[in-house]
Parts: sequence; structure tokens; C-alpha cells
Amino acid sequence: MAEPIAVRQSPLAHLEPVSGRDLCIAEMPFLTQVNLRVNPEGRAAAEIGLTLGVPLPTEPGTYASADADVLWLGPDEWLVVGEADEVGTADELEARLRFAAGTEHVGVTDVSAQRTALLVSGPRARDLLAHGCALDLHPRSFGPGRCAQTMLARAQVLLVAHEGDEFTVFVRSSFAGYLATWLLDAAAEYLVE
Amino acid sequence: MLLIPCPWCGPRDEAEFHYGGQAHVVYPDNPAALSDTEWARYLFFRDNPKGPFAERWSHVAGCRRWFNVVRDTATNEIHAVYRVGETGPVNA
Repeated sequence: MAEPIAVRQSPLAHLEPVSGRDLCIAEMPFLTQVNLRVNPEGRAAAEIGLTLGVPLPTEPGTYASADADVLWLGPDEWLVVGEADEVGTADELEARLRFAAGTEHVGVTDVSAQRTALLVSGPRARDLLAHGCALDLHPRSFGPGRCAQTMLARAQVLLVAHEGDEFTVFVRSSFAGYLATWLLDAAAEYLVE
Repeated sequence: MLLIPCPWCGPRDEAEFHYGGQAHVVYPDNPAALSDTEWARYLFFRDNPKGPFAERWSHVAGCRRWFNVVRDTATNEIHAVYRVGETGPVNA
């Protein structure tokens, strides 16, 4: 039997998931991520909304969910994210979006390897993120359904707020080791049982 | 640190932005017709007022859009923020 030449390895493969009563931190490796640029008023945007099962969110700092999460990145830019077993591989998702757009002018780019995702959850998740983030993370201003590109501990991140004090932190692969180490250090006080 | 209200993302720390210099510097209609002095004046000469100044900023750590800000250079007070293509108090 031939050995595989290379096995895909996530940027935080060395990270042991941390789990406490008030806080859990774990990597969600190998999410399918596709960057989408399209005129939000055009026919292509509507068709892409139909194929994704949810219209592209146009309110800044929000996301919409169907099989995939569609995160607002800019007035004409979105990130479509999902587990590979739900939305397919990046190639498949890209092909679906391109097919939906038809002949209209869109930009669809596989960026799955650009960022990895950290799941930070638990009643102390907001407190932990607030250690290094200037955004107001109170549920009143950053509740479920909100997302934001900002800085966390001086690293560029994409924060996504889910139901039940659960956050996904997307971070560039090259910054992931640093950010995970920073998070673990900042989390020390919340992990004491 | 300045708190800059991005027209798309809302108020964010200055550290998330990149400064783009004076806004509304109009590209010459016929650059080839300009003398070296006039071309240099277009390229390198900018206003430096004490008081309200229209300038460009880019939200590089956020939505990555360029927009315009009217900032008082003496007090750092931000008087207006408007998107590219929109009319502001200065180019109105």
C-alpha cells in the first residue's frame, strides 16, 4: 500500500481542546470557507441567496444561516462558511455559487486555508474575548446573529456570535498559534475549578 | 486613540484604520498637458489646515472600505463621516 504523500494538517493541530465549567476552547478545523463578492442589488445575488437557502445579509455586521453561515464582510462581500459534510467541499460550494450567478460578474474564491476557526463557548466566553477586544461584546450590541471583523489581542479576527454564549473566532492560519496561546493565557483565571 | 465611526461597521478604534491623506484631490483632466511644476503640485502638495479637514480613511481591519472623514486637525473632533461617492460637507 502506498502511503499518502501529504496529509492535511490544521494550524492548531497541536492545540489540546480546553474544557471547563465556565469556558471551552477548541479548534474547528477544515471548515469550508468561500469568499463571495457580488453586487447585492443584482440578479446574481438573489440567485445565490436562493441556492444558499437564505438571502445575503445586507445589514453590516450580521450573518444569515442555512446549511452554511453567510457572514457580512463588506457591502459587496460575504464569507460563506460551513462544515464540509453539510455544504460540501470548497470546490463544490464554489461551483454551486458560480452556477447560481450564471453569466453575471461575481468573485468566488476558496479561502478555506486562509483562516482556521476557534470555538469559544461558555458563560465566561464574552469575558475572555473582552480581554483583548475593544468591541462592546454585551449581548445587547453583539448578540446571536452578529459578526464583526476586528482586532483580538492585536490579531485580525472575524468574530461570530451564536446562540448560548458561543463564539467562533476566525483567525488567519499564520496567527492561529499566537492567538490560541494568548487565549489560553487569558483564560487561566476562568479555568480554575 | 481616536474612535472613528466607520460608515459601515460603526465606531471602532483608530488602530483598525489606515490613513489615506486629503480627500477630494481631483485627478487632472489632461495630465499630459501639465508642466512638471503643476504635476508635482498635484502629486505632492496637500492642504495643511488648522481646523476641519476632509481626509480619507480605510477600515483595513474591518470591512476594508475607503471612506471620508471631516476631522478637526486641532481638536481631533470628527465632524462628519461619509461614504465614497456620497456628498459631504466639504465637497457639497
